[in-house]
Amino acid sequence: MATHISTELKSLDRRTFLKTSAAGGAALLIGFHLPAHSSSDPGQAQEKPPINPLNAWVRITPDNHVTLILAKSEMGQGIMTALPMILAEELYLDWNKVSVEQAPTDPKVYDLGTGGSGSVAGSWLPLRQAGAAAREMLIAAAAKKWEVGTDTCKAQNGYVVHGHPERSYSYGELVADAALLPIPNFKDVALKNSRDFTILGHDTHRVDAAEKANGTAKFGIDSRPDGLLYAVIARCPVFYGKVASFDAAKAKAVPGVRDVFQIETSGRGASTTGGVAVLADNSWAAIQGRKALEVKWDEGAAAKESSEELHNQFVANAAAKPGSVIRNEGDADAILAAASKKLEAVYELPFAAHVCMEPMNCTVHIQSDRAEAWVPTQAPQWAQGVIAEAAKLPPEKVTVHTTLMGGGFGRRYQADFVMEAAQVAKKSGKPVMVLWTREDDMHHDFYRPASYHKCQGIVEADGNLAAWKHFQTSTSIAAKWSAKGEEDNGQGEFGTGATVPYKSPNIRIEYTLAHSSAPRAWWRSVEHSSSGFVVESFVDELAAAAGQDPLAFRLKLIGESRKMPQFGGQPDSPPLDTARLKGVLQLAADKASWGKTLPDTEGRGIAGFYSFDSYVAAVAEVSWQPRDLKIKRLVCAVDCGRVVNPNGVRAQVESAAIYALTATLKDAITVEGGRVVQSNFNDYHMLRMNEAPPIEVYLVESVEKPTGIGEPTVPVIAPALCNAIFNATRKSTKQLRLRRLPIRAEDLA
Amino acid sequence: MAITFTLNGKSQTLTDVSPDMPLLWVLRDVLNMTGTKFGCGIMQCGACTVHINGEASRSCMLPIANVAGKKVTTIEGLSADGSHPVQKAWIEEDVPQCGYCQSGQIMSAVALLAKKPKPTDAEIDDAMSGNICRCGTYQRIRKAIHRAAGTKA
Repeated sequence: MATHISTELKSLDRRTFLKTSAAGGAALLIGFHLPAHSSSDPGQAQEKPPINPLNAWVRITPDNHVTLILAKSEMGQGIMTALPMILAEELYLDWNKVSVEQAPTDPKVYDLGTGGSGSVAGSWLPLRQAGAAAREMLIAAAAKKWEVGTDTCKAQNGYVVHGHPERSYSYGELVADAALLPIPNFKDVALKNSRDFTILGHDTHRVDAAEKANGTAKFGIDSRPDGLLYAVIARCPVFYGKVASFDAAKAKAVPGVRDVFQIETSGRGASTTGGVAVLADNSWAAIQGRKALEVKWDEGAAAKESSEELHNQFVANAAAKPGSVIRNEGDADAILAAASKKLEAVYELPFAAHVCMEPMNCTVHIQSDRAEAWVPTQAPQWAQGVIAEAAKLPPEKVTVHTTLMGGGFGRRYQADFVMEAAQVAKKSGKPVMVLWTREDDMHHDFYRPASYHKCQGIVEADGNLAAWKHFQTSTSIAAKWSAKGEEDNGQGEFGTGATVPYKSPNIRIEYTLAHSSAPRAWWRSVEHSSSGFVVESFVDELAAAAGQDPLAFRLKLIGESRKMPQFGGQPDSPPLDTARLKGVLQLAADKASWGKTLPDTEGRGIAGFYSFDSYVAAVAEVSWQPRDLKIKRLVCAVDCGRVVNPNGVRAQVESAAIYALTATLKDAITVEGGRVVQSNFNDYHMLRMNEAPPIEVYLVESVEKPTGIGEPTVPVIAPALCNAIFNATRKSTKQLRLRRLPIRAEDLA
Repeated sequence: MAITFTLNGKSQTLTDVSPDMPLLWVLRDVLNMTGTKFGCGIMQCGACTVHINGEASRSCMLPIANVAGKKVTTIEGLSADGSHPVQKAWIEEDVPQCGYCQSGQIMSAVALLAKKPKPTDAEIDDAMSGNICRCGTYQRIRKAIHRAAGTKA
């Protein structure tokens, strides 16, 4: 597949990517031609023709059964519950009586792309407006029947009521008339007063819990269209290596194997370059067939790469001066050069794999005039475009069923597995599921970039921060995805880490790209996972160097309550509100009994960070003996604006904390011979039940607009834990300051 | 070669499967019972957990030939209507997030409670640490097991 870029995308950060991809823009990256009316301008992309909410967002049967439409992908984050709650609130529905249905892939109506912790934030107002518009139409229909003014009627539990004694029509009795009425301008509809909310802000059970507890929930991997064949693909283990030749004879001799053929996948959306597909009657036969298959690979230039070589690049980059200047205020270099006493620390983070519990898979059936696909995807429109391209069909002839997903974490925003399935389906003409094994999933991920950070700072005697310098070198995401490629300046690798909340007149941030063939992309919390660790570890080191309490030191350096513009943010990026950052730090500290004396071998650590427009702080409480760390307690305080479903928000914080602990305490993804060393859960371990600490979550009550929650807990966990270990080793002969993740057993000696 | 075993209380005979095909793939791809999940294929994650003669067992490396004559229970056979106390506790505590591992988690929990109706936290750790949850629902799993057992978390 040729890469065809017809529109020059400027520096493409993730937020922009998500917006543009929602309009099909991301498909540009892998060669899908945009329809003429589309645009990569996010503003334009959001403009939709007027849509009837009584079809697009809520469907009501004559017997008054209400189905709410979900236009985001459910990957565990609870969006299938949260977004319908918003509609139900404005529609005055009985929550216990509604059903939820996944939206079709129709770009004229829906922005389906799900990522960036943006689903509730981005849908909050549009869904309230859609729900309110539908409600106004139902009320108007009732008023017309009764020949009374709409202002004398009101919505109530799925009915429109009027008068004394009260008379009523069910929505079901009104919907046929209502759907034909003029569609109100969404911007003018009267939204419900938040004081009257009965659903929003209240703990609500997940709508998908029952089907996930009885085995009937259908994930992508559970798709079973008639006549389905199962395929696995042999891919070169070396990044972007190719098939040189293959011999299918032994594979075809495996009982159940139906066909073996080569496929070509390439371009910026692919994680690999082609491979050999083995199609069989069942997954097992396909896997056995692949084992028997003989392939010679053309490994290519990446075969020389290794993690050791990458680390050496990092060290060399940090020694060479300077990096490209991302931010510079005052003259940190001069002050650091002149300082008699300064603090310097180096931090390093590895590649990280997403590891969704459901391995990648995609089921596609391509016929001459249409295609149908069952895709566990965060980007249904991208999937649709990729399949259309392979099928040589217009996108509207491709029906994409967005299935439940066994985890997403950013991995399922990609369409590499869709590209493969589309190619196999096109070639075979039959419905085919391309199934990835766990090994495939780990070897061919788009990894969180590996990074290396050198920080320098000076704290003066009065506790003020005279200088803050942060140099980063990493294998950036932008170098893979931005139209500028390796010319991108790397600012996206810092995210809000470049908006240092700690006041200093001299701030300098530098970046140097490190080269790697390892595919990179968005991993839960993206650049914030490294920025949070580095910023919140280094400020802790500065506090210790100044002999100050880590919380008091932070609060003092944050200073007065103010709104700081996000450095390098988008025009619509909200400023960092330091009052809210201080608020979560203080809340976490209070709940964790910060300052209360602990035994000599126990300690607390704190971290706070702003990402996805939300504020999260964590306090870790640990006990330490040489090589023996126990996390006794993890306290998280969260300010994500107005909370739609507190139960769901707490679940996301718990989830992100465990995700981050795995990355902090378990394994690195390492590269040798241009391939990923780790294969499965026996060498890339996940945190398990016996290692999971108790997690407490406290939510700030807020009337600010809702902001992200799936990701922003991740950045604070590693620094809170490492800072706690530092505190717990205060009486030890060697106080442990951990600057390299993941933490190894020997680091705790 | 015909292989006969009991699946969720009913006799099941398979005539045309490779005897070395693991039970997991027989369930999923031959019988289209997709509640039991594929996670790793090497008995490391527990997503494929079923009961063999009442014992929680990983089905991903268990050749179907070895199942002959045994009693297999899958998530689909736990209750007719999702009313098993463990399933109810899972819903009450809102345990599932993505939900992919939860069939296996529930099968492990049910097997635990059959042996130890009032498990301690240590016994829960012991029984459940073979099941990975990437969404990190461990705290809620623990609470749900205590709820099903009628014990305090």
